[in-house]
Amino acid sequence: MLRLGAKRALRSGAASRGFQTSSKRSADVTLTVDGKSVTVPQGTALIQACEAAGVTIPRFCYHDRLAIAGNCRMCLVEVARSPKPVASCAMPAMPGAQVFTNTPMVHEAREGVMEFLLANHPLDCPICDQGGECDLQDQSMRYGSDRTRFHEITGKRAVENKDFGPLVKTVMNRCIQCTRCVRFANEVAGVEELGTTGRGNDLQIGMYVEKVMDSELSGNVVDLCPVGALTSKPYAFHARPWELKDTESIDVMDAVGSNINVQSRGPKVMRVQPRTNEDVNEEWISDKTRYAYDGLQFQRLMTPLVRQGDRFIPASWEGALTAIRAGLTNSGAQGNSIKAIAGALADTESLVALKDWINNLGSDNTALDCAGGSEPPAATVDVRSNYLFNATIPALEQADAILLVGTNPRHEAAVMNSRIRKSYLHTGLEVGFIGERAETTYEYEYLGADLKAVDEFVKSKNGFAAKFKEAKKPMIVVGSALTEHPDGKAALKTLAKYVQANKGKMLTPEWNGFCVLQRHASRAAAYDIGFVPTASAAKATPSFVYLLSADDVDPKSIPESAFVVYQGSHGDLGAQIADVVLPGAAYTEKGMTWVNTEGRAQMGRAAVSIPGAAREDWKIIRALSEVCGEPLPYDDIVQLRDRMWEVSPTLVRYDSAEPTSVDVAQLGLAQMANALTPAKASGKPFEKPIKNFYMTDPISRASVTMAHCTKAFVKGEGYGLSKDETAAQASFA
Amino acid sequence: MLAKAAARRGLKPLWNVQLQRGFATVQDPPVRHYGGLKDQDRIFTNLYSRHDHGLKGAQSRGDWHRTKDILAKGDSWIIQTMKDSGLRGRGGAGFPSGLKWSFMNKPGWEKDPRPRYLVVNADEGEPGTCKDREIMRGDPHKLVEGCLVAGRAMNATAAYIYIRGEFYQEASHVQQAIDEAYKAGLIGKNACGSGYKFDVYLHRGAGAYICGEETALIESLEGKQGKPRLKPPFPADVGLFGCPSTVANVETVSVAPTICRRGGKWFASFGRERNQGTKLFCISGHVNNPCTIEEEMSIPLKELVEKHCGGVRGGWDNLLGIIPGGSSVPILPIKKCEEVLMDFDSLKDAQSGLGTGAVIVMDKSTDVVAAIARFAHFYKHESCGQCTPCREGTTWMMNMMDRFAEGRGQEREIDMLLELTKQVEGRTICALGDAAAWPIQGLMRHFRPEVEKRLAQFKAANGPVLFGGRLQRDVPSELAIPDNMGPERPEQQLPPPPAAA
Repeated sequence: MLRLGAKRALRSGAASRGFQTSSKRSADVTLTVDGKSVTVPQGTALIQACEAAGVTIPRFCYHDRLAIAGNCRMCLVEVARSPKPVASCAMPAMPGAQVFTNTPMVHEAREGVMEFLLANHPLDCPICDQGGECDLQDQSMRYGSDRTRFHEITGKRAVENKDFGPLVKTVMNRCIQCTRCVRFANEVAGVEELGTTGRGNDLQIGMYVEKVMDSELSGNVVDLCPVGALTSKPYAFHARPWELKDTESIDVMDAVGSNINVQSRGPKVMRVQPRTNEDVNEEWISDKTRYAYDGLQFQRLMTPLVRQGDRFIPASWEGALTAIRAGLTNSGAQGNSIKAIAGALADTESLVALKDWINNLGSDNTALDCAGGSEPPAATVDVRSNYLFNATIPALEQADAILLVGTNPRHEAAVMNSRIRKSYLHTGLEVGFIGERAETTYEYEYLGADLKAVDEFVKSKNGFAAKFKEAKKPMIVVGSALTEHPDGKAALKTLAKYVQANKGKMLTPEWNGFCVLQRHASRAAAYDIGFVPTASAAKATPSFVYLLSADDVDPKSIPESAFVVYQGSHGDLGAQIADVVLPGAAYTEKGMTWVNTEGRAQMGRAAVSIPGAAREDWKIIRALSEVCGEPLPYDDIVQLRDRMWEVSPTLVRYDSAEPTSVDVAQLGLAQMANALTPAKASGKPFEKPIKNFYMTDPISRASVTMAHCTKAFVKGEGYGLSKDETAAQASFA
Repeated sequence: MLAKAAARRGLKPLWNVQLQRGFATVQDPPVRHYGGLKDQDRIFTNLYSRHDHGLKGAQSRGDWHRTKDILAKGDSWIIQTMKDSGLRGRGGAGFPSGLKWSFMNKPGWEKDPRPRYLVVNADEGEPGTCKDREIMRGDPHKLVEGCLVAGRAMNATAAYIYIRGEFYQEASHVQQAIDEAYKAGLIGKNACGSGYKFDVYLHRGAGAYICGEETALIESLEGKQGKPRLKPPFPADVGLFGCPSTVANVETVSVAPTICRRGGKWFASFGRERNQGTKLFCISGHVNNPCTIEEEMSIPLKELVEKHCGGVRGGWDNLLGIIPGGSSVPILPIKKCEEVLMDFDSLKDAQSGLGTGAVIVMDKSTDVVAAIARFAHFYKHESCGQCTPCREGTTWMMNMMDRFAEGRGQEREIDMLLELTKQVEGRTICALGDAAAWPIQGLMRHFRPEVEKRLAQFKAANGPVLFGGRLQRDVPSELAIPDNMGPERPEQQLPPPPAAA
């Protein structure tokens, strides 16, 4: 239905996007807000109807992505024929209702609620990190009384602070019990331990038993908290919001491509916040996205380095580039023995430039920085649908059966995982799981750990396989680790055949149920460009290796004699084995293209300047190509993007995920289904590719915050009651 | 002559006036006196547990008599009977029961595959109220049978009785009644042989007042924290376990079988229009003989106290005030107590309420300010803490009432306290906020001079008090006290006006 509409639209020359967002609409209701008529879909909350009419309603507990609590009572409005003011967040819009938001009763009600909220709220705004972006502050200015009546000698409520771990700082005196954090934790993050204890004025937010809030999405409660009760621990007392410059950018910590807002002061990234994008990350980001930014301060490569003996000597750019030219010549590398390896954080522009340069040197040996990355990929990359998340991320909510193969979305794409949980909570979603057991935020049926389980799933007629067959919108999510697995090819072959056999459901113009979940920000773009070695090139022994942000590479896989160049932002593993190190820019310092796992190209933007002598990555490669004699034919970013257009137009069609047509997708499946597989399966289980969610790339490995998280959440140190606070704190409370 | 004089003064002749008034002079109907319920009209015949509370005893008192025939008459007959009887919910709000039950049978309810529940609110926690416990202790079979009849009326599949955790003996009796009824085939797969399948479950609460609120009760029954839900959706649409449910008070449910047996008309013959029926009143406090008594609705309050409780301790003139409907309703002073009738409308007109019919009598020895302060403590303690006005307001009101009980405050703060109660009232999710606000409003309405006297006494003894309760003398003299703390300043000497040049 969707695609048919799109086709029709294309024929008539209209834009095709509008049709894709059409969904079943329920009846509309018309009501008046402050005398203004407004029409909203049935079931809309009054508060949204008021918004639609252009009236802002103050609120604390209401959040359009969370369940309705209706407990702050700030959103009271007057409705005709109702003697009492009505909480507009909890009241559905009724046809013909007359809503008034600007009457004495409403003003008095808001002022009253404001007074009650402030009665037990400490007056510590000057030392509160929420200052300047505090809903309570703003709304008390707008709706509150200008003087206090609270002078009780009993004083204000005092609440013991909770230990939520190294990310979320709690000052529970400031809590106004809106329970946004509780609802987020329960509905989105899957931390069901967060809740309220006690009643009346003793109501407290906490974990029931003392433990840290172990979730990949815990940082979002900081954004949700309308007051300063939950603030960011790493950011505590670092900056005020009005000092920060906002830069809308794209996250690279995973392949989701979360939309972020990089907030900087001078040359320093102060914090990262989510930006709303319904199609990608809604308005959540993972903790790694949010908190790994301090890794941008440490282990940075500031100047070009040339190895002399066992030491790196700082060099000028000219010196470093000529050293590479000399290395290239002296190593005697020719053709496919010139090898480039692209890592997880390489941007699309530099990938295109590097591939062009390597190809110009007569080599096809462009490899990826992952297990099996130096071989031709398990799934051929001629067809986009073979390596992309074809159904798109929002479709996770439509799927009624999901089979996860060799992937743990919770760690590989934490924000996406919340969609599965949402669907799991609100619909009858069935999840099957093949691979190393993982703690997800939803229940799943475990089918096995290895290739055998995949074969059994295809053959089986009961259990999850039966449910999957009956599902209307089934989805197979293949983890990127599966393609790196020795049995990956065979597993993909089996699954491709399965999809072919069930193409009536799994491969229709509306639904492509075969989805590959990438976990590295650069990977989809690399496949789009064809940054993979040919079969013949893969056999060559490299004598010149160019590492582009490749830090997961196994040093043993590079011959001792080879000349190694490392280009990247951090002095991580790749730099250690290099002969020449070229300092590149991190993702917050360059405005580059990133292609997420759906194949959605998004533009990042530079938030801060590049430190030291480091340069944007594509410029380095462009300069190097000139030094080595064959300059690449683009002098500025516009020309380079034209070149990207030539390579693949999808790379520069920003913000849209282009679907692969059914016919082409079938070709891709046929390629996978007909692939030659090893006669004997290795039988190794599909292991989780990410053992430590908090440290997956050079930036997060350099981050102190992520190190704290690793300690608290992965190693479980500091769980529960820590040693130094056995009795002291309780006696003060 | 007279007419002439009137005409001279420009008035209409008197006879003309008489003609106009004609129909108004029709003789008034004889004033009906309410009260004095006869024994044969009592519904609860074992209220004091003097007889056997088991099945045998209950049957000897008429329970379970031809219940099958009632069930056979069908849901709409039972509901119509309830409507005819004029029964209004006995839990406090006084919503017409027949109407409420009929919400369960919306057109097309048969197509809804969800089970349907009757939930009986036996979480009697309102201070002063002790009627449901007497029913459950002495007449548990009335309740069980009532569950079946009311359940049949709303086509419920099961009834859940949520009983207050402290009611151990009552819970035992009700459980015994349920077991006996199951054993006798009165409820269960084929209830009373009618072919109707009906189960009754007993659930014991854990002692929170707020769990007596219908949606909080549902939450608690579901195993969650007892916090009131937002309405809409109302329980009749989405209630217990997400299914259509109706929450009804023990007394409301228990009277249903008798009404069905004796007819709606019989029940409606008691009490005033719109306040029909009999009602259990629980009179406590400073009376000679505190008791729970079934009486006719609209009985004068004074008669209720004099007749059944042996009068106020020390005589009627020793009365200070009466809280006529449990701790949640405003107090009435002696003058009003002489006039009011014990029904919903009369008490509402007197700016109070019938509530649960728990009459709390206070004689002149009572420190009424401290008494209301104690109520404020209760509501502070029982607030669930979910919504802001109640959570913060009950605490604030309690603190102020505590100070007023001592006299530590300023007169202006009385108005502020009243304003706070207005900020709580009607702004909360459930009615607990209202219930916390009303007693204070009642106190200030009728006993404000008493509070003011208290404040003046304290000030005479301790000097001026600042807003919030701090003594002005406790503030170091070198510190300036801001005006918004309400300090008393010595009269300022204005400089003499400059002499005209």
